Parts: sequence; structure tokens; C-alpha cells
Amino acid sequence: MTENAYQVDTVERAAATPETEQPYAALGVKDDEYARIREILGRRPTAPELAMYSVMWSEHCSYKSSKVHLRQFGEKAPSVDFLLVGPGENAGVVDVGEDLAVTFKIESHNHPSYVEPYQGAATGVGGIVRDILTMGARPIAVLDPLRFGPADAPDTHRVLPGVVRGIGGYGNSLGLPNIGGEVVFDACYSGNPLVNALSIGVLKKSEIKLARADGPGNRVVLFGARTGGDGIGGASVLASATFDEDKPSKRPSVQVGDPFMEKVLIECCLEIYAADLVTGIQDLGAAGLSCATTELAAAGTGGMDVQLDLAPLRDATLVPEEILMSESQERMMAVVTPENLPRFFEICEKWDVIATVIGTVTDTGRLRMTWHGETIVDVDPRTLALQGPVYERPYHRPQWQDSLQADEPDSARLERPKSGEQLRETVLRMIASPNLADKTWVLEQYDHRVRGNTVLAHGEDSGMLRLSEQSNLGVALSTDGNGRYTKLDPYTGAQLALAEAYRNVAATGAKPLAVTDCLNFGSPEDPEVMWQFAEACRGLADACLELGTPVTGGNVSFYNQTGAEAIHPTPIIGVLGVIDDVSRRTRSAFETEGEILLLVGETRDEFGGSEWAHVVHGHLGGLPPKLDLERERQLAEILIAGSRDGMLSAAHDLSDGGLVQAIAESCLRGGHGARVVLHSDTNPGELDPFVALFSESAGRAVVAVPRSEELRFTDMCKFRGVPVARIGVVDGDALDVQDQFTIPLGELREAWTGTFPALFG
Amino acid sequence: MSARIGVITFPGTQDDTDALRAARVVGAEPVALWHRDPSLHQVDAVILPGGFSYGDYLRCGAIARFSPVMETVIAAAREGLPVLGICNGFQVLCESHLLPGALIRNAGTLFINRDVTLRVESNSTAWTSDYEIGREILIPIKNGEGKFAADERTLDELEGEGRVIARYLNNPNGSARDIAGIANAAGNVVGLMPHPEHAIEELTGPYPGPATDGLPFFTSVLKQLVNA
Repeated sequence: MTENAYQVDTVERAAATPETEQPYAALGVKDDEYARIREILGRRPTAPELAMYSVMWSEHCSYKSSKVHLRQFGEKAPSVDFLLVGPGENAGVVDVGEDLAVTFKIESHNHPSYVEPYQGAATGVGGIVRDILTMGARPIAVLDPLRFGPADAPDTHRVLPGVVRGIGGYGNSLGLPNIGGEVVFDACYSGNPLVNALSIGVLKKSEIKLARADGPGNRVVLFGARTGGDGIGGASVLASATFDEDKPSKRPSVQVGDPFMEKVLIECCLEIYAADLVTGIQDLGAAGLSCATTELAAAGTGGMDVQLDLAPLRDATLVPEEILMSESQERMMAVVTPENLPRFFEICEKWDVIATVIGTVTDTGRLRMTWHGETIVDVDPRTLALQGPVYERPYHRPQWQDSLQADEPDSARLERPKSGEQLRETVLRMIASPNLADKTWVLEQYDHRVRGNTVLAHGEDSGMLRLSEQSNLGVALSTDGNGRYTKLDPYTGAQLALAEAYRNVAATGAKPLAVTDCLNFGSPEDPEVMWQFAEACRGLADACLELGTPVTGGNVSFYNQTGAEAIHPTPIIGVLGVIDDVSRRTRSAFETEGEILLLVGETRDEFGGSEWAHVVHGHLGGLPPKLDLERERQLAEILIAGSRDGMLSAAHDLSDGGLVQAIAESCLRGGHGARVVLHSDTNPGELDPFVALFSESAGRAVVAVPRSEELRFTDMCKFRGVPVARIGVVDGDALDVQDQFTIPLGELREAWTGTFPALFG
Repeated sequence: MSARIGVITFPGTQDDTDALRAARVVGAEPVALWHRDPSLHQVDAVILPGGFSYGDYLRCGAIARFSPVMETVIAAAREGLPVLGICNGFQVLCESHLLPGALIRNAGTLFINRDVTLRVESNSTAWTSDYEIGREILIPIKNGEGKFAADERTLDELEGEGRVIARYLNNPNGSARDIAGIANAAGNVVGLMPHPEHAIEELTGPYPGPATDGLPFFTSVLKQLVNA
């Protein structure tokens, strides 16, 4: 670092130069927020302090626009006995039985993935995995729900392959199986893809770690990768305010990941946990060192002294505000007692992980940082971590909402296929459409097997992992979300996303327990977007209460828009379930000739936001499918009991594309055809074949049962008041819908599997 | 006393858990070995598992080959210790010159995770004696750099000496002569790109199956060690 370039902005200097103009607006700090910072400090902030407030009070870190709505997840939380850690920590923790607990959380990495698809997606995986690790857990899997612009759009061909390679490149190198997620295309995501990442970890109930710096005199250790200039957004503004040339610039604002470093860091942390060497731990993610130091201090005894110049750097020219804002990946911060330090360093040395004591816990209530002996930060950490601004953003129902909902996809507006031949063509067109087509091209780039506990993965209704080889205890996870439904009705759309994930978990035989959510929306400064957000939160909280599945944590991603055009509001919901014996799992494939196909649940003429309206007519209007949460609960219990009692050979949830899509997938997966009868003695429906085949009514599943179990299963449905109808039999090598059409499996498979290789191969 | 099968963990190794499980499932005593520790702790056989040793940033397996434990493994392999290198482990064996050839970027350039059918070509190695020659087995591959390459003379030599142990029925990555795995001349060192340790249990093996076609790799070596 050249001598002339940089003059550190100390507390002393800040107090002496109150008039110095500070580039707070360029850092995203509003006038009133800046005034409040000055009021809190009783002086102007130093440049490093301003950097810290700007990132800690950002939307991303402070949830300032969403907080008032997110509160409902606590206020309306169902009372349950299995929630060990709720929202607010790095991830929620759920008791899953025996002495085990599971922690899981979903996050977004949307904007970085648009700018730099590979690194954006890769570091999205890395970030959420560190959250899981921070809870004291071994990360055991990831899932990636993705949204892109139209599949044939040129930019999708830039973004999608990079995102998929990034997820694979990072996740595979961590040794984490990728067991689920979604790939969905819609024009609304053209300039703003969604890259969400969910991770799950397992730990002993007694070994939960928390992000708090307790015990004055305990040491604060920074370990993992060196701090570099990557991921610095606004810090360059501060830097350029004081000096310009003379240093490496053009730093990418997207972080660059090193999965090898993270893999080593995971193993290193787990060994440190096993030796019980930390009193608190925090990962460095968004807002880097600013966030880790303030959150640890704010949650603990309250004070911390940090010697910032001790932080190991990749770039020696970095100045304090840049170090504080850097989002360099693969870093952790631990609080360690002095007597545990030697053993801590020994383990770090074993894994070749750099570890440095950079500070000490104090009881002063102040977070103080020095830079070569001069004090550059002196703040109450709670003002950064806990007392950020809270906004009651104005919101109102969009004027266009009524006309959107009135634009129903009825037969008068949208022409429906009538003849058998037309239905046949529609089936083939739908199954080949990008959202419904086979995703093998994507999924083959992910390792879903590593660690050897993957019982179910992609292509099944949910991913499932074995937790114990002794008892076969396991967990299931599914993520779902439908932006079109949510656009039509945000309250119901969010609930439908939850219901689908809940149903998917139950379809594999697991009991749904808890929820994580990634709420992807446009700008909160747009009152119409804010209304969508408020409604979605209200809907989700209400439904979680009714289904008994608490939200344990999650993430809000705002500003997903291009210009004035927001994405469809897209809450992605992850549901975690538990299953006593994973060998009882239910697959979606039809595996055995002669078994009976039953449709559980009620089908109505519901095409608002449907895949059919989207694919065939490019239409979005009307209302999403109706939701009956009590019915969903009953259906889930039927599916779980059917699995547990060995009644079910296969089960598949009905959602996008309706009944015929589900049956086709189960046929193709099992390599057996099906004869389907839409009207019969036990199925005296009055629905026309098109509605029966393509409607997206919620609360339904198709199951295959051995003939010997049919009566027991249908009795169970009737007892629970859930409609059930025999709709066919597993048979032959074609999908045959009686009196309508026949499609040989080969032709069906060709349509289903051809799309992705043709688009991206 | 049962045989001890060691599994080496390098920084960046991923499938050590799976290889240890495979050893346990067939009844061997699994022993975790560490890259920095040159001792093999009296194991009777060694597995170099899959993963991305040292991040594979230079060239797959290129750095692992120089780790302290590999010095011992190389010497012991030359003395006849059964060694199986799976995926990244195969790459390490090639870098160590215990096996000829190299593994390079897949023909389609992408990472591929897929269940593939192999034909067993040799059962005269330590790791394949429980197979019948010609048996078709379903084993997962998962790699980005799994294309086996060698000069023509080496390939002819491998074939002529019966050292090709398995071939792909539908070559997924452009491997020379469909080669999925090879052995050294003595038959104690085997390198295999597919992952038999991921095909050892009905619950987690390839679906729809067969799910456990990978087991004979591990039973083969165990029988040989127990009978020895």
C-alpha cells in the first residue's frame, strides 16, 4: 500500500470533522437513516462505520421492508413440540426423533446469478451450506429451485447452462447430494432469473451451535479463506471518495467461490465441533465481517474488541471499509476460550485452514475496531444488528387485479381440445413443453448419490435421505412454488405452494413437519408489489397454522424486476418431513402390471394459471385452483398411512399439467403403460375428458395399489371423507385413455425427453 | 480376523464415506487413512475414493499423487497390495504411474451423473474375481473428466494383456475403446471411473436397478485377503 493514498478515517477524526460530506446516498443509505446513524453515534460515522451501517441496514440484511409482515410467522405459528430453533438464527432446527435434529433453510442468489451465472449460482450454494454448518450440523444435501426466462430465449442460453454448471460445480465439489428442486420457465423471469438454494444438515440435538459471542476474554477467531476484494458493492464508493488510482480495481461485485476451500472448512468445523471447542460461531455471508462481528456481539455478552489489521488478506491494498464489506466466500468466525485455542489451531492446521485471532469478547457493550492502533469503529453492535430501520411500506391491491381475475380461462375464451385426436396432440405438446419436459439434461450435472444416503431424488415427489443406517430414520424435502398462481391471487398462491410441497412430502410417505420459505418479489417500493408480498405472507402464515407446519426460517428477495416490470410474485416453499423407516418410502413409478390406479381428491374445472393455458394459449387470468387445507391434511394422512401400512405401490402428486401429466410421468419412470378410464361405475364423473386430464385442482394424488389392497385403501379414503375413484390399471406399453386416445410409451418418452437436449445440448 | 480395507481421505475427497461403507457392508474392517500420514496402519487393501482431491485445480489427481500417504501406497502397490482407485482415485493412480493413460475432459464437456451398463472384461484381478467375464453390470458414473485416453500402443498392450477390466456398453464420455477400468500387469491395482461403492444397497443403489451390481468389487478383494 502506498503511503500517500489512504488516510484512515478514525473515530477521533470523525468527531473532529463533523462537516465532512459522506457518500451515504451512493451506499444506499437514505437521508433519514443517515441522520439516525449520526444521532446514535453522537457524531458522524467514520467511513468504516458508515460501510457497516450501510450493509447491515440494507434490505438484504435488515429485512426492513418485510419485517412487519414476517412477524406473522411467529405470531400465528402453530404450537408444536419439535421446533428446537425458530426464525432469527442462521437456520431453524427441528427435532426429528432419536437423538437427532435437522436444520434446513432456503436462500436466494438471484441477482448475482444473472450478472455472472456460474459464480452467482455456485456461491449461492456455498452461502446456504455455511448457514447450515454454522448451526453445528453436517450439511447433507442441497436442493435448487430455479426460474428462467423463456427456454428458447437467447439470454436463457447464457444464464441456464452457467447456473446449472455452477450449482453442480460447487455442490458436487462439496460432496453434497443434490436431491431436488425445480426448473421453471416464464417470460417474467427473462431479466431476473431466480436461483434459490436450500440446504439441510443433521446434528445431535444436544449439539446445536448459536451465533453469539459470550464470555469476556474469549477470543474471536477468523478462519477459512483470506479476505479479498470480491463481493464488494458499495465499498468502492467509499474508497474512491478518499483516493482513486494506485490500487487494483475493477473488482467483481459477484463473489468468486472456491468449493475446495469450503469442503475443507466444513470438515474442519465438524472436527472442531466434535471436540466441543467453540462457544459461538457465525459464518461470513452477506455483509461479511460487518455482519459476523455485530451479530455475534449483539447476541452475546455485548462487546467485542477487534484488531482489523490482523485479518489475513488476499489483496494487501484493501482498506478497512472494504475489508468490512467484502463478501469473500468460505470464511467463518468462532468464539473460543483461551484454553481451547491450542486445540482449535491444531485442527485448523490439520486441514490447512488459516486461522487468526482478531479480537476478544468484552462486556463493554461496544464493538470497537482498531486499524494499526487507531480506533476506527466504536458502536453499540445492537444498533447495527437488531435496531435497523423498520418500514411500514404502503401497499394497495393493484387496479388490474380485478380484470386479471375476471379474465377466466373458460371454454368461451380459450378453445379446448375436444376430440380424442386433439387430446392426444395436447398431451404430447404439453409433455414436451419446457416446464413439464424431462429435466435429465440438468439433473445429470448434479451428483445426487454422494454420501450414500440418498433414498429418493429428482423425479420423485420429494427428495429423501436416510439419517440412520441402524434405524432407517429419514427425512424428505420438497420445494414448490407457482408464480402464475401467486400473480392471480397472492394469498392463495402462497398457500398453494405450501400445499404442493406438503403433499409432495406426504406422497413419499413422510410426515410434513416444518417449512422454510424464499419469498421472491419485485420492488417493495412499489405499493402493488408490496401488496402481493403482504398477501403472500398472510396466506402462508395462515396455512402454516392450519397445517401445523411452522416456518423455521427463510429469506426475502426483493427488487426482482427489470425496469418497472416485476417478476410474478414467487414464494418458493420448502417442506421438511420425517419418516420412521425409509425402506417404506413410496416412489412415483408404476412398477407392477395389473395394479389398480386410483385418483384421490376432487377434480374441478380449474385452469386459471394452469400449465395448459400457459403453453397452449399463452394465457394468464382467472383464479388459481381452490384450496381446502383440511382436505390437504386428510390426503397427506392417507398417503402416509398407505405407505406405512404397505398399501401403496406408487403415489404421485397432481399439480402442473394435471392428471395426465402425473400418469405419464409415473408410466415413463416405471416403464409400464396404463389403461385409464375416465368414466366408470366407480368414477361417475361428469367432467369432460379434457377437464379430467388437464385440470390443476389442488389436493389430489394418483396412486397405484395392488388389487388386494384396493378395498382397504378406498375404505380409508371414505372414512376420511376424501373422494377416491378407480381410474384405471397399470398395463401394457402405452398410455391408453379409453374412448379417447392411445400413445405408445416410446412416443411419449421421445416427446418428454427430447426437449432439453434439443434446447441446451 | 477380518481383512482391513483402508480408505484414503485427501482434502477434497467426497466418496470416502461411501467407500468405507462398502468395506463394512461386505464384512471387512474399514480403516480411515489420512493423506498426510504415511502409515497404512496394517491395512490389507487400499481404496482411493472419488472426489476432487486438493480441488483438482491443477489436473485431476496431480497433487494427491505427491501426498505422504501415496509414497507408501505406491511402494506397497508395487509389492502387491490390492489398490482400487475409483474416479478421482483412478486419476491419482494414473498420475502416480501405477496405471497407464490419463483421464481427460468428457467428450460432451459436461459433468455426467448417470447409471451406465458396463461389461466385465477380466476377472483375474484382485478386485473383479467375483464377476463372470461378460457379465453386464449397472454402475453409476459421476465425473467431468472421465474420458480414458492413452496412446495406441498402450491401448493395444492393455487389451493384449487382458488388463481392460470393464467397458461401457454405451460410451458416455468418449473413452478410448470404451474403457471404463483397467488393471496393472499384476492385477492388484485397478482403476475404475464408475462408482461401485454407489451400487451396494437396494435402498440407495441405481434405480430401477439392479441396485447392487457393485458389491463384487469389494467381495472379490475380501475373499482373496481372507483366503490368503
